[in-house]
Amino acid sequence: MLTEEQIERYSRHIILKEVGGKGQQKLFDGKVLIIGAGGLGAPIALYLAAAGVGTIGIADADDVDLSNLQRQVIHFTPDVGKPKVESAREKMLAINPDLNVVTYKEWVTAANIMEMVGGYDFIIDGTDNFAAKFLINDACVLAGKPYSHGGILQFDGQTVTVDPGKSACYRCLFPEPPPKDAIPTCSQAGVIGVLPGVLGTIQATEAIKFLLGKGDLLTDRLLTYNALRMKFREVPLRRKTTCPVCGDTPTITGAKDELDALTVCDLEAH
Amino acid sequence: MTITINGKETTIPDNPGRTIESLLEELDVSQRLYVTVELNGEILDRAAHETTPVAGGDVIEFLYFMGGGR
Repeated sequence: MLTEEQIERYSRHIILKEVGGKGQQKLFDGKVLIIGAGGLGAPIALYLAAAGVGTIGIADADDVDLSNLQRQVIHFTPDVGKPKVESAREKMLAINPDLNVVTYKEWVTAANIMEMVGGYDFIIDGTDNFAAKFLINDACVLAGKPYSHGGILQFDGQTVTVDPGKSACYRCLFPEPPPKDAIPTCSQAGVIGVLPGVLGTIQATEAIKFLLGKGDLLTDRLLTYNALRMKFREVPLRRKTTCPVCGDTPTITGAKDELDALTVCDLEAH
Repeated sequence: MTITINGKETTIPDNPGRTIESLLEELDVSQRLYVTVELNGEILDRAAHETTPVAGGDVIEFLYFMGGGR
């Protein structure tokens, strides 16, 4: 039951017929895991906290760096040197003290991810390397957990929501990661600071819609965004029967680390 | 002939021998070795790039790896 103060706090939600008191309670009962407390993770964490998603997990092993602040709006100048998950938790609770924020100061690996995703209703990929992106996809598909994929670079971003077994997954698009160093990272190629704000906010919207059970998720559609040309495009997708993880005869049946996709550069970029 | 690439109508010289693989080369598509190609709504297996012909009116999407997020 929502308290009087909560009814006041969420009044702009509650008057929406798609939300109402019942929907707000669903958000409060919802559990969302954000993997990565950086560019994408920052707006996601702030908006989910403000929206009153009751349990928010946030995973990242990194500490706040001065070069993060140009885009990772959840971290402030005095936070430099502090664990990102701690910095994020403080801001989320400052916005909304009613939340249960669960922090994981670790990188996701094949060893920890299944247990981590198991406790949540919806997962959001806000990571910056292919090893993590493929691992998150596999874990969510194997666990049957819907999740939002997001990727950014320079002025471009793309996002898709995966409803395992029902809609195309990341490996339907990209069966395997590119080889080491084939594709530049943001730390090598740069990223305009507002870009993850746009993409992360879309990802947070997907989590909220999923918890509410309203609207149409961004499934079987890859949404691409170019900030320079200010263009959004939608590419229709279809599940692939030959997908190595969600296809008819999957070859990936357990979480595995994509060691070839991990580079020292990726690790330094964290 | 005219094909649609990532939503844009593009005119390319007629060439009955053109395949997806040779188109990638011809257009100097970025991430050429890793790009995912969707042809008329169907994602192609990479192995099919060399044998899949390109025809006028085809709707082609190049889907690029984007690994950033933080």
